[in-house]
Parts: sequence; C-alpha cells; structure tokens
Amino acid sequence: MIPIKVNGKAYELDVPADMPLLWVIRDELGLTGTKYGCGSALCGACTVHVDGRAVRSCVTPVSAVAGKEVVTIEGLSSPGMHPVQQAWIEEDVPQCGYCQPGQIMSAVALLAVNPHPSDADIEQAMAGNICRCGTYQRIKGAIHRAAGKVAAEPGRPAGRKP
Amino acid sequence: MSDILSMSRRDFLKSGAVAGAGLILGFSLPAAAQQPGKKRMPYYPNAFLHIGRDNAVTVFVNKSEMGQGVYTAIPMLIAEELDCDWGKVRAVPAPVAEIYANPMSGKQMTGGSTSVRTEWERMRKVGAAARSMLVSAAAKRAGVAPSSCRTSGGKVILPGGKSIEYGAVAEAAALLPVPPEPVLKAPSSFTLLGKPLRRLDTPVKVNGSALFGIDTKLPGLLVALVARGPVYGGTVRSFDATKARAVPGVVAVVKIDTGVAVVAKGYWAAKRGRDVLEIDWDDGARAGLSTGKMRTAYAVLSKSPGTIARNDGGAEAALAASPNRVNAQYDLPYLAHADLEPLNCTVDLRRDSCEIWAGTQGQTLCRDLAASLTGLPPEKVKVHTTYLGGGFGRRGNPHQDFVTMAVQVAREIRKPVKVIWTREDDMRGGYYRPLWHARMSGGFDEKGRVIAWRHRIVGQSIMKGTFNEKSRIKNGVDLSSVEGAQQVPYEIPNLLVDLHSPEPGMPVQWWRSVGHSHTGFEVESFIDELAQVAGKDPYQFRRGLLSNHPRHLGVLDLAARKAGWGEKLPGGRGRGIAVFESYGSYVCQVADVTLKPDGRVRVDRVVCAVDCGMTVNPSIIEAQMQGGIVFGLSAALYGAITLENGRVQQDNFNDYPVLRMDEMPKVEVHIVESREKPGGIGETAVPPIAPAVTNAIFAATGRRVRQLPIYNIEPGSFNVILNA
Repeated sequence: MIPIKVNGKAYELDVPADMPLLWVIRDELGLTGTKYGCGSALCGACTVHVDGRAVRSCVTPVSAVAGKEVVTIEGLSSPGMHPVQQAWIEEDVPQCGYCQPGQIMSAVALLAVNPHPSDADIEQAMAGNICRCGTYQRIKGAIHRAAGKVAAEPGRPAGRKP
Repeated sequence: MSDILSMSRRDFLKSGAVAGAGLILGFSLPAAAQQPGKKRMPYYPNAFLHIGRDNAVTVFVNKSEMGQGVYTAIPMLIAEELDCDWGKVRAVPAPVAEIYANPMSGKQMTGGSTSVRTEWERMRKVGAAARSMLVSAAAKRAGVAPSSCRTSGGKVILPGGKSIEYGAVAEAAALLPVPPEPVLKAPSSFTLLGKPLRRLDTPVKVNGSALFGIDTKLPGLLVALVARGPVYGGTVRSFDATKARAVPGVVAVVKIDTGVAVVAKGYWAAKRGRDVLEIDWDDGARAGLSTGKMRTAYAVLSKSPGTIARNDGGAEAALAASPNRVNAQYDLPYLAHADLEPLNCTVDLRRDSCEIWAGTQGQTLCRDLAASLTGLPPEKVKVHTTYLGGGFGRRGNPHQDFVTMAVQVAREIRKPVKVIWTREDDMRGGYYRPLWHARMSGGFDEKGRVIAWRHRIVGQSIMKGTFNEKSRIKNGVDLSSVEGAQQVPYEIPNLLVDLHSPEPGMPVQWWRSVGHSHTGFEVESFIDELAQVAGKDPYQFRRGLLSNHPRHLGVLDLAARKAGWGEKLPGGRGRGIAVFESYGSYVCQVADVTLKPDGRVRVDRVVCAVDCGMTVNPSIIEAQMQGGIVFGLSAALYGAITLENGRVQQDNFNDYPVLRMDEMPKVEVHIVESREKPGGIGETAVPPIAPAVTNAIFAATGRRVRQLPIYNIEPGSFNVILNA
C-alpha cells in the first residue's frame, strides 16, 4: 500500500510502485483534469505540484511521492477562483483547452517563487509546456496579469528558488 | 464552393412545446417528445435553441469545439437576433441528426473552416424566429400590438416601459406559429456580432472540468491499447499473449483487424501488458517505402506534364519564347497533426445499441461506421461529442480510424471500453499531410513583365476513396491538391497549373488548411523569387500583379504599413512578406527574423492582416491568427514525418518538435473592417507563415529555403541543420 495525499485528501493505494502518478490521479482517483499528452515529460500536459513544485506526473512513479503533498488542477482553488485561473479567464487564453491545466500548474509554480517574472523568466519556465493551439502569447499575458497575486503552497515558502 | 454555401436549404423552422420545458426551436422534423430516463438536460432531437422558464438559453451546437471557438460563435449568431441576456447563454453539443449536417458535405462534420460560413444566416434565423414568437406571446398577454414592443437583454419591453422576461412567455410562444422567413437585423444594428466577447468554454477549461474524449467515465469501463505493426497496414501472423495476460489488471487480449488489443482495468496495466506482447508481423506492401526515394521519384515525375488544373493563354509557348526564365523546385514533407490529446474513443456496445463518446469532427461518419461494423441500424448508434483536445483535421478522418478501432475492440469484449492511442501510436498511426514536390517556372518578357507562370504539383490525392471524391475530384484533378495554386491571384497572362497524383500507398488526409498548406509555400516563395530576379521590392512587386484584387491589396498594404515595410534593418535581420487567400479569407503576414550565432533563426515578430469579411468575434479571430501562425511555424521550422523501410522515424515531441513558448514570435493581428460575407478563420493563417519566414531568411542571408522543414531534424535528436 502506498500512502499519498492529493488535494488535501489522504489515500492508501494498492498499485504498482512504478505506476506513474498521472495514471494514479486519472484512473485510480478519477481526477481527469490532469492530462496525458506524451508520457515522456516532453509536453507538460500532466503537470501537477508535489510539495509546491511543478512536476511531470507522467514520468513520476507513485512511490516517489509517498507521503508528499500532491496538488492537481482540481485542488488549486474552489473551481476557477485561483488568481492565475482568473487571469486565464480575463485573457481568454484557452482554445482547445487540453494543455491548459498543465500550463496553469506550471504558471502557479513559477509565480510562487518569482512573483514578478520577466518575459524571459516566463519563457524559460513555460517552455516545457506545449500548446498545439498556439495560445502562448495570451498565456504570457495572463501570467503578467497574475503577477504578485500568488501565495506559496504548503511545503514551499515563497521566494525560494526552484 | 460559394454555390454550395449559398444553396437554399429545404429545412423549415419548427417549434415544439414540451410540457414544462419552455420554447424549443429547431428545423424541419417535428420536435419529438422528451426521451425517457433522467437527464439534466432533456434531449431534443433537431433542436438548435431552447429557452427555459428560468430564462436560460441553451444552444445545441452542431459543430465540434476543437479550440476554434465554435461553442461561442454559433451561440453569438443566435443571441444577436434573439436579443437575450448573453450571461444566460450556454452551449451544448448536438446529437447526430440529419438536420445538423454541414451543407457542404451533407454530413454532420466540422472542417474546411465552414462553421460560420454555413450557419451565418441559418442560426440567425433561429434567433430571429424565436424573438418574434416571444414578442407575439408577450404582446398577446399584455394586450398590445407586437409592433409596439421591442426587445433587449432577454426581455420584451412593452409600450410604457414595462417588460416581460422571455422565460415567462417561453411556453406560450412555443404554441404560436413559427414565422417562415424571420426578418434579420441589418449589420449596422448588431450589438454582439463583431464584439470581442469572452468564450463560453473558458471557465471549464481552466478548472479541469472540461471533459475531453479521454476523460470519459462509465461504470466498469475498461481501457485498451492496441499493438499495431511497425509498418502501416501490417498484419498479425501470430502472437503470444501469455506474458501480457499475466500482467495484473489485464483482463483480455484480443485480435482485431489492425493488431492486437490489450484490455485492462486502467491505462497503465494495458500499457504494461502491451509492452510484453509478442507478435510476429507481416509488414505487407508498404515495407519498402522510404521518403527519400519518394522525393527523388516525385522530382523525376515533375519533369513530365501532369493533368491540367488551370490553363490561361499558352504558358509553355510563352516560357519557350521568354528571354528571362526562372525555375525552382520545392519539397514539403509528410506532416502529423499531433493533436495534444492523443486519439481515443470510448464505446459501450450492447445487443441492441451502441453508444460512442468521441472527440470527433465527423459525427455522421462515426455513426454510420459503427452501424456497419455492428450490424445495428444507424438510429441505434448514439454519438456523444466531447470536447476535442485539438482537431486540425485529424479527428475528421474520413474513415474515423480511431472510432473503428474502438468499435472493433468492443465487438470482441462486449464491455464498455476506451481505446487510447499512446503519443507514439498517434505519431506513427498514419493519415498524414501528404509529401509534396512542386516544380515552378516563370518567364519575363523583354520589358521585364511576368508573362508566364507554370506550377506543376506532385503528391498524393487526399480525397480519393473518401466521401468527398465525387465533389472534390474533377477531370482527374483532386481540387484539394491544387487549391491555392489553381486560384493564384497574380495577373499573369499565360498560366498553367498541372498535377501528378502518385499512389505510394501512405494513408493521407486533410491537415489544417489542406492543399493550401503546400501551395501557399510554393506560390509565395516563387513570387518572391521572381521579384528578386526582377530586382523589385517583394511587396511592391506583388502589388503590381494584384491590381484587380482589392482584398489581397487591402491586407497586403495593411500588413506592410503596420510592419514598417521598407525600414532599414540591422545586419543579421530580415523581413519577409506573403499574402494568401483561403476559405474566403485574405491574410497577409510580414515576418521578421534574426540570424543567430549558431546558424539558426529566430522569428521575432509576425504582423498579420486579415480580411475575413463580417466578423463574429474579433478576439477569437485574433486567437486563430496567433494559433494558425504557431501551427504553421511549427511545421515550417521542424515538422517532418519520414519513412525508412516503411517505418515512421518519429514517435514523440523529441523528434517531432513543435513550437514552444521560448520560440513564440510577437504576433500582431490587424482585422480589416468589411461588410463582405464572412470567410473561414480556423485555417487561413497557416498558409502564409512558412513563406513569410523563408522570404525573411532570404532577406537576411541571401539563401532561399526551398525545402521544408527549415531545420533538418536528425531522428531521435535535437540536432538541427539549416536546410538552406
């Protein structure tokens, strides 16, 4: 049994130790906001927070997060109320929307350590998240709009470098 | 094409009254009674609009939402005429029914940038008819003349200023006759159309609750992965599933037409099971295919005349007589769509019914295929359209291969099952944008005027063998192969476009902007080469050949002005231009590039001018321009599917890279104000970006890029070589 905590809720899971966190979240816990895109940490659609850091859940074995705090898009806030989600709404960012939960999780993790990122900081932090619809310009706008509004998550004080 | 768009529909507006359900408005067939069973939103076959007693306005959208904004655009068309409260509008997917068919294909499908073009009037009539009925009902109740009332924000405003909410008279309105020809607003009195409203689907797309096909949940749902051969179309000689069956969670291993399916309780078990499956493959007829050899063969073929697609004057004679001829050849590779949501489909097949959950662009195809595979009548097949995690044409596959595969698995196991393609399955699974070769010749006369243009195209037919074959292949020419080349706007007296359609056997299909995705590059590269030979400025040279094409000129001038065309740029930088019409819309892009010390280029900025006629939502238009530029730029810089021994050499985003945020140019979009008929917007930004960038590379380096992608990607690595 592997103990994990997702969105504040504790679980004991009987799953193979090498099962990627992504499939635990999606198939075992039924939280489908976290997406499968590549299975190889190349696209960022599966991004979640582990102790406040953005990780690619498709290549993270569930055993590696035992006892840690996992946050998915569903656990970021009461639905859609996080300042980054609000900024996404104000900039009308999504097109197909499939990559956006991963984009938002990466953006929140960035803003938690770098509350006022430059364009270059954003480009560097977000380069691991592919958007095939090409919403990059609006994502950048939304991150600037949310600047200074993100508090650190538990386990990760704000302002600490990754 | 405009004939098809403007053809009069035989449908008649009908309303239906369902006890306690408000006003329903649809077309033609009588609105049927509510289906049995408890559903939060009742199911109204044929309905486009429902107005509830609570004032909620529900629009049943007959198009698939794949990012292009159609779940906002179609409701806007209805809401404009209805004068309802926009905050009360929501969009839901329509079921499959004849009435929802796209008039261009006769099928319910989303593609060809047709949604707004085909529904611009029809949906406004739905809104206008409902408004008229609501006014009549409210006027009757108040005892006043309908003509003395007006409407605003979901209310009928009576003479004297009192008002009645739509919801309060929705049921009474449903009992009134439907106006056969409702009067539409003049564009000058639009209050919603042309405004940058926020999309209706944004909130669910930022909180993780939007359901894509891959998110489908059903009680007892199993997950299957299908092992297919390394060569497309390969067949199973024999297989040993002993190890796969031993993987915990695997419940079945079954053979289907295209391979072997491992069915399990979840994705991970299915994946582990498939990894240890032992299969002996017969590679079949495609085992010898190599894109390198194909390119050579295509280049040879391009030396001989093809089937004529356009022939003005006498291009061959004019070229022969020309004192100054220019020749160039262009190569473009196979391309994958690489939708971020890998293909998938969920099927619940019962003895007498089949339910399908799919992010599909082709609901009618999906339903009919499932009917023929299961032997069920089509009315027993129910298709639930989910959100699509990208489409770009792939999910409109003419054979709905991802649906077929899932129905085949369901047929074997008779339990609800979701078939998921891994990214690698998706990348190697066929149906690419064709590989193209073009041979172009141009000729000047003694005075330096362009007098001849010959454009010879070699590449596979997309439409052959599809439902579009009859309408899209004319006199041996697949019109989609030559679209954009056949309509070349440059005013040249002797002009020939011809086509070879070899059949190497690779499965191909439409890819965002279809034929324009290669003709845009060829035409706009070659016109730039002619300008260079003529010693003229590329912008002015184009202007000189477009004097009778005001809409081309409009976007050309606008983009050039906004981009600062003609400014002197610092060394190592270049600026290129391209203008192109597709789907009834006109786009000009000016790209700025910087040569980097490592020999690569950075695309710094793209100024994009678009004339798409009357607009529905400029914010969505801007997003589609940005998105089309990113999509086209990804392909231009990196995109290539290559074959060796019939095997696709790419499998994931490491060797099929796409544009990332750190490479995103600054895109400025300028929309031409127009009262012309609406044009398409989802695809039209793609064709000009590759030539705008390669023309800019020429301006910066003096080197012509005639082969795409711009970078030659070594399979399995990030190494890049500039293909110039």
